[in-house]
Amino acid sequence: MSDPKNEGPGAARSRRGRNIALALALALFVIIVFVVTIVRLGANAAAPPL
Amino acid sequence: MTDQSVSSEAPPLIQAASWRDYLRLLKPRVMSLVVFTALTGLLCARTPMNPILAAVAILCIAVGAGASGALNMWYDADIDALMRRTRGRPIPAGRVQGADALAMGVTLSMFSVAMMGLAINWLAAGLLAFTIVFYAVVYTMWLKRRTPQNIVIGGLAGALPPLVGWAAASGTAPLNAWLLVAIVFFWTPPHFWALSLYTTEDYARAGVPMMPVVRGAASTRRQILAYSVILAPLGLAPAFTGLGGALYLAVAACGGLLMLVLAARLALSDAGDGAGRRIDDGALYAVTPSSKPARNLFAFSILYLFSLFAALLIERVAGFAPLDLLR
Repeated sequence: MSDPKNEGPGAARSRRGRNIALALALALFVIIVFVVTIVRLGANAAAPPL
Repeated sequence: MTDQSVSSEAPPLIQAASWRDYLRLLKPRVMSLVVFTALTGLLCARTPMNPILAAVAILCIAVGAGASGALNMWYDADIDALMRRTRGRPIPAGRVQGADALAMGVTLSMFSVAMMGLAINWLAAGLLAFTIVFYAVVYTMWLKRRTPQNIVIGGLAGALPPLVGWAAASGTAPLNAWLLVAIVFFWTPPHFWALSLYTTEDYARAGVPMMPVVRGAASTRRQILAYSVILAPLGLAPAFTGLGGALYLAVAACGGLLMLVLAARLALSDAGDGAGRRIDDGALYAVTPSSKPARNLFAFSILYLFSLFAALLIERVAGFAPLDLLR
């Protein structure tokens, strides 16, 4: 890993792009878990398992 | 992995990785084929499924496939650097550290399997985990560098996604789902061996015992024909088992026939026998005129498999009834 304080503009741009991609992936994961939870809860509430 | 690539100190990166390099670790083109076949399996199960859960199941399969691709690139970085087709990959090109690819592969594998189990069902999760382990460990680490049957046995990993999709929708793994697996399984050897007939030098340089390297081109051409003779009738089978309809039957019959013709032409040719006058038509690999039948079969095999699964998908979406000719 390069030192963020000494990296050039190209490396800084790449790092920023990677960080944004990682943030988006994490946000997507949280949204998926939330939505799946609601869908599964909703299905079970509508037809409770015996 | 060679001793050289297992040194404790990772080589310095030549340039900083962009997010696209990490995306490339997931082998997006392979992933798109996996998504396509898994989606076909999921829809062919004919089980009502919440569309959000269906999308999550496909995402899990895609991420699992990508994770196994990252693990493959981590382990194979040393031989990837020696082959024209793979030397531009992020690790051999010096843009991503091998350890990063390993971490990404392991993390995504665990997340995809856990999510599949918690959100969909544990049969699909188990099959997904098996697929990842089979590709990353059995094929990549064990078979690939040891036996010319590497892509035959290892092909099971690439064949399983329709079954995972089917299991995700229905929680079952019936015979029709295994039929889809069998089609991809028997399609794999003609597809990859046709490619290896005109990339033999690359595989030989990297020390990968592909069939043409170990047994020679003539034996490979005969085996391609043998697998095609099994594949063509197998491709028709879904029309007899209540899976495919009239459109599928027509596509499988025409495609299978053409596959056989191309495999026979290849068997009668001297493709892969030696270096001759090379044609440089802009393709990644320049081929000798005699090796053209190999490239034709390779290209058509992709279209053939795509057509079979596309026909099933179209019939399912359009609501066409399956034929079930055995009844």
